[in-house]
Amino acid sequence: MALHRFAVFTAACTFLLLVAGALVTSNDAGLAVPDWPLSYGSVAPPMVGGILYEHSHRVMATFVGILTIILAVWLWRSEPRRWVRRLGLIALGAVIAQGVLGALTVVFFLPVPISVAHACLGQIFFGTIVGLALFTSQWWQSALPRVADAGSPRLRSLAVWTVAAIFVQLMLGAAFRHKGFGIVPHLAGAAVVTLLVFWTAGAARRRYRNDGALGRCRRLLHALIGLQLLLGGAAWWSRLAAGAFPQPIPVMVWLTVAHTVVGALTLAGAVLTTLVCVRILQPVEQAALAARPEQAAP
Amino acid sequence: MRVQYSLFVVLAAALAISVAGCGKKESSESAPPAATGTAPAATPIDPATAGSVEGSVKLDGPAPKGKKINMAAEPSCAAAHATPATDEEVAVGEGGGLGNVIVYVKEGLGNRTFETPKTAVTMDQKGCMYSPRVVGLQAGQTLEVRNDDKATHNIHPVPKFNREWNKSQPAGAPAIAESFAREEVAIPVKCNVHPWMKSYIAVFKSPYFQITGTGGSFSLKNLPPGTYTIEAWHEKYGTTSQTVTIGAKESKTINFVFKAAAGD
Repeated sequence: MALHRFAVFTAACTFLLLVAGALVTSNDAGLAVPDWPLSYGSVAPPMVGGILYEHSHRVMATFVGILTIILAVWLWRSEPRRWVRRLGLIALGAVIAQGVLGALTVVFFLPVPISVAHACLGQIFFGTIVGLALFTSQWWQSALPRVADAGSPRLRSLAVWTVAAIFVQLMLGAAFRHKGFGIVPHLAGAAVVTLLVFWTAGAARRRYRNDGALGRCRRLLHALIGLQLLLGGAAWWSRLAAGAFPQPIPVMVWLTVAHTVVGALTLAGAVLTTLVCVRILQPVEQAALAARPEQAAP
Repeated sequence: MRVQYSLFVVLAAALAISVAGCGKKESSESAPPAATGTAPAATPIDPATAGSVEGSVKLDGPAPKGKKINMAAEPSCAAAHATPATDEEVAVGEGGGLGNVIVYVKEGLGNRTFETPKTAVTMDQKGCMYSPRVVGLQAGQTLEVRNDDKATHNIHPVPKFNREWNKSQPAGAPAIAESFAREEVAIPVKCNVHPWMKSYIAVFKSPYFQITGTGGSFSLKNLPPGTYTIEAWHEKYGTTSQTVTIGAKESKTINFVFKAAAGD
């Protein structure tokens, strides 16, 4: 269980790293430190103005990188499931790639594709660490009764589509923040994501009303999408209001940061829902096969 | 186990899509290739026939009140101002004269070439503000950026057609000397350490440009006879232009008026 707790701690630190990254973008501080990997040739630059945000982000990224190395090594040495060990390595590869993308944003002055890739990979990394936290939990490794994934479309399919839609939406949001796209694709994405989240959560409620894990997942999804829609509207309003000011204003910064990181939590919530579906649901045919010997028994 | 392997593949694929797919969205703006070879000799201007265009730029309507800048994030910047600094986006003098307007010959010079001045144009950082806010210089001319503050700055022009650069300049550091190869009106300049610091650099092929003061007046001298498009550029109000024809030794007057934005 120590490994699980460490994975949860890594996920929590990754969330704080996402907050720090969103603060960099919202404060337009991405290039406040022109050199890399050092900051003004030092590991301890003056923490003023935009340097505070950019250097804090770098320090937290280094810390999360170290946590990920420890997690990957720990998994490699003690985890019996090969696919979980490999997922630990994938997380390590992702955090290294994320560091490289972060460096490229500085070296090439925040080009939109690299900045968006940096934002997207951060979300994938967070989802991966959240997944590892679930895979190492007692709940995941305990013997759970499997339930037939009845209904059409299957709940597992709906959950996967929801994850995909949220990820695309996060890409569109990042592209908007980095001035690659306008707001319209992001608004269209919000409509699709809202529809899919309500469809998935509604299907979970109708089909598996008494399942505790799925119940928690659907409540989480409902809460997050509601909060995210409110934050999205508020962030957009604050962005319009902030246009008249000579610098980023706190209300715009914090609403945008909140919208960004609740987006990450929504993705993580959808990933968890999908994984819970995978763990406790099985296709109707498999469920029928599993039930057959019992039916044949006298 | 098959399901778990599928999950593994899905996560790996998502990772690949993020890196590859995001990267394909849009390529960053790249500067056009620089001209090669030595610069051609300057086309001589006959002082016996040269004329001039002069006039003024005014703002029609009430000038917006400059928003207060919050320099709390950098105490040394805040300490440099007796009263809170305000945004200098719109600088209006008595009689509505509009400052920080770039007035320049946009068209009409044909293929004339001009000598690059040897003197540097200076831009200071004082009280964590760029001074002057708008700077004009010729392509290839040296821009000297000084830091008179006790704070560390980074100077970051964001051009469309020139090479982008981003240099740090701690307190007491020597001046940074840079130049721009191509004409561009106007290059926004940021300091990412202090997001309120904004400036614009305009780069011209010719010496026929002037930045107005708060009186709003300008004078483009030593122009050869011809028909010219004169453009006035302001960071908030955009551009407006007029065509003017000047004969030998003739001086013409033109005036520009920008409408104050609604809601200012």
